[in-house]
Amino acid sequence: MKNKEPLIFIIVVAFTLLTYWLVEPFAHSQMHKHVESEKFAYADLPAVTKTGVAATGKELVTGAAACTGCHAITKDGLPAAMDAVTAAGTYGVNPPDLSNAGALYDAKFLSDLIKNPAHALKVEHKFDAAKGKMHPMTPFAGAGGEIDQEVADIVAYLQSIAVKPEEVTPKMAFENACGRCHAVGYEKWTQIGEKPAFKFQKESLAFDIKVLEYQESLTKYMGKLPPDLSMYIRSRGEHFISTFIENPQAHLEGTAMPRVGVTAHTAEKVIEYLEDAGDTKRAERTATGKNVMIFIVIFAIFALLWKKQVWRDLH
Amino acid sequence: MQNISRRGFMGKAFGAVAGVGAVGSLVAMKKTWDPLPSVKAAGFTTLDMTKYPEGELITEKWRGKPIFVLKKTAEMVASQTATQKARDIVVGGSHFMLCIGLCTHLGCIPGYNPAEKAFLCACHGGQFDWSGQVTKVPPPRGFDIPPFKIEGNNMILGEVGPEYQAMKDSGITL
Amino acid sequence: MAHFTKATSVKDWLNQRLAIEKVEKVMASEYWIPKNINFLWAMGMVLAITFALLLVSGIFLLMYYQPHVDHAFYSVNFTIMRDVGYGWLWRHVHGVAASVVFLVIYIHMFTGIYYGSYKKGREMIWISGMLLFVTFSAEAFSGYMLPWGQMSYWAGMVITNIFSLGGLHMDGLVEWIRGDYVPAQAFLTRFFMLHVLLLPLAIMGLIGLHFATLRIPHVNNQDGEEIDFEKESKKYLAGDKAGSKVMRFANDFMSKDMMVVGIYLIFFFYLVFFQYEFALDPVNFDPADGLKTPAHIYPEWYFLWSYEILRPFSVNIGLMAFGFAQVIFMLLPFLDRSPNAIPASRRGAFGVWFWLLLIDMIVLTAMGKLPPAGIFSTIGLVAALAFIVLWIALPFITKNEKKA
Repeated sequence: MKNKEPLIFIIVVAFTLLTYWLVEPFAHSQMHKHVESEKFAYADLPAVTKTGVAATGKELVTGAAACTGCHAITKDGLPAAMDAVTAAGTYGVNPPDLSNAGALYDAKFLSDLIKNPAHALKVEHKFDAAKGKMHPMTPFAGAGGEIDQEVADIVAYLQSIAVKPEEVTPKMAFENACGRCHAVGYEKWTQIGEKPAFKFQKESLAFDIKVLEYQESLTKYMGKLPPDLSMYIRSRGEHFISTFIENPQAHLEGTAMPRVGVTAHTAEKVIEYLEDAGDTKRAERTATGKNVMIFIVIFAIFALLWKKQVWRDLH
Repeated sequence: MQNISRRGFMGKAFGAVAGVGAVGSLVAMKKTWDPLPSVKAAGFTTLDMTKYPEGELITEKWRGKPIFVLKKTAEMVASQTATQKARDIVVGGSHFMLCIGLCTHLGCIPGYNPAEKAFLCACHGGQFDWSGQVTKVPPPRGFDIPPFKIEGNNMILGEVGPEYQAMKDSGITL
Repeated sequence: MAHFTKATSVKDWLNQRLAIEKVEKVMASEYWIPKNINFLWAMGMVLAITFALLLVSGIFLLMYYQPHVDHAFYSVNFTIMRDVGYGWLWRHVHGVAASVVFLVIYIHMFTGIYYGSYKKGREMIWISGMLLFVTFSAEAFSGYMLPWGQMSYWAGMVITNIFSLGGLHMDGLVEWIRGDYVPAQAFLTRFFMLHVLLLPLAIMGLIGLHFATLRIPHVNNQDGEEIDFEKESKKYLAGDKAGSKVMRFANDFMSKDMMVVGIYLIFFFYLVFFQYEFALDPVNFDPADGLKTPAHIYPEWYFLWSYEILRPFSVNIGLMAFGFAQVIFMLLPFLDRSPNAIPASRRGAFGVWFWLLLIDMIVLTAMGKLPPAGIFSTIGLVAALAFIVLWIALPFITKNEKKA
């Protein structure tokens, strides 16, 4: 009698794979818009043509450009003008500390941002100066010299004080680029910073109230409270998050979320932060997975040998 | 015959491989039963030892257990016997009785009678004096002392400091 | 009272009291299996192993899961996935096994249909198996509620709404099932009870029944051949192992079962560690939000075919079609009018019917997940109608079948 098992096996596997392909890769390709990564090139923004001088930039930042009126640069000993909650009450969101902005954000993006925030952030649908809706960040109109040169000087200054790009940590990247709008409860991160372990409930509640006050201003500013990102690495996946950060409008037209202009490296660090929050055991999973696979192959080989022995007498 | 024994061998070999798998999964199961890392991380409590009133028993909490803290009066310190003194803990010049407030018999919480300056365990009648020594059976020993470390006027419960290590080594506490 | 003698060994002592040797013979070494079968006959063992994996992983998840609307999501995604040692492993095993168990059930079912293993005294095997399919479905659904993510909540909302029975507007029944106007605390706690107690008990009872139904008719074989088990087993015991048409369950068939289980587990653990997203839907990693429905909601893949039968029609007809799909498989032994218990390949029109049904169900499954728009909507409607037509045609096709 002919052995039909290989044929039956092929049929079972073929139908299983067909069904899998239909309900997973194919169905999902039909359900979700596919957004290709632009490799964080920010091709829509003009190229930087001038070489900046950091010392001149520093004078502009603290002087004519008045950056430090709203932004802290703690690294250079310049504290924030107000605390996070008050700042959010004034601007809608706490303006970022610029200490490491030169490393976290793309130079082209920073240059455009300084001159025209709503354009670089891709929120012109929300903030239109012509209609009297100003973005809370005042555009820099120049300090009397050539504006592109001045902007290049400011960027050069920010780059000179920032950590080296390879020193950017996941936490640093996330907190500055995302963490002023998004909480990550599983990492104890709130929009106003990490929640400390309080001994007394009173202190803990006082902190929570500050967070709620901040969130109230933020909700007014954004239209709705930006979501907690604790499990986003599992609910959205790396590709979605990365392309969303790169250009939120490409995924969700009209969203209030600005393009934050991070470099490709910073985006990788943000992803790493989210992996540490929502997929903490990924390394253990891969390592255990390898060992279990090796064991189970050995198990199957021994089962096969046993079957061969037992069945020798049956034919 | 040889054939039969070989068949038996393959069956046993397969059984052994399956057994290794079962033992391997037991390792994962054991780890699942372990106290959670978050529970272990919360196992440290810091007490500010300057805030205790003299001669009054205060109950703190450490790892879910009651901790008796009694700042001894000058009278108590002066009258301490050698064994009572051995249990004495000195922080910032003040003398304390500090122990886990569970009867060493079967773990009930004894009540403190300020008039008699003694503890009585309602469960089985065990008694302890104000220094934590047992004065009446069934408890087999005085109150246990939690691991502690003195840092200035603070006391960190859960960490082992030299004073605690000395008490443990001399057998004053388990 | 029975007569007991001084035991000569532990085995003898137990034997006198529990008849372990007899039990071993009845259940294993002299439980006779036809030799003329292929690896598809090992699916029962594969299912038993998968059920064991579900049970063990479920026990460990139960140690940390909290059935409370405010804590369920956190207890699953933070405590179990981050804090508990190997908690993630139990969740991945549980989630993947819950999905894969249906793949094996479908293979097992279609094997039965193909070889006619529901006929000639084997009707109860089929019926008890279908009852297991129903209880497994309820178990899968109730378990899906527990992480209290977006898919849990909205699946709970949609599926319980089916019980309003469309035009009958039985909203009271829906509220009774939920214990609230919407899926909330009462709903979560009762589905938790169903998932960890009542349904597993029912499943275990039905597994016992399913095994018992095999006892008298014995398992079928590849050619539907009627075997004289009495005669063939004597031949085997007399030493003619090669000449007998039957073999022992243990160790003869068991060794093959284990070989198939080994290959299956390679596939299974690969999914658990490296390809789990199909079973742990990303959308369910968003916490439940009663004020926001996800952009795409769909059941797990194994419910898609019956979901698609519901979807293309207006509410009342859809519900009737859905009800039809739920019970029709149960009636298979009575709808197949042919006495032939042979493989579908030798049954003419029935063979065509078999492959059409299989392909139709795969089409329904695919359309059930795709957005119900444009061409997919039309294909879904055609496939749903085809499903109903196929089942209505079955008695007529099989009645005219020539006797083999």
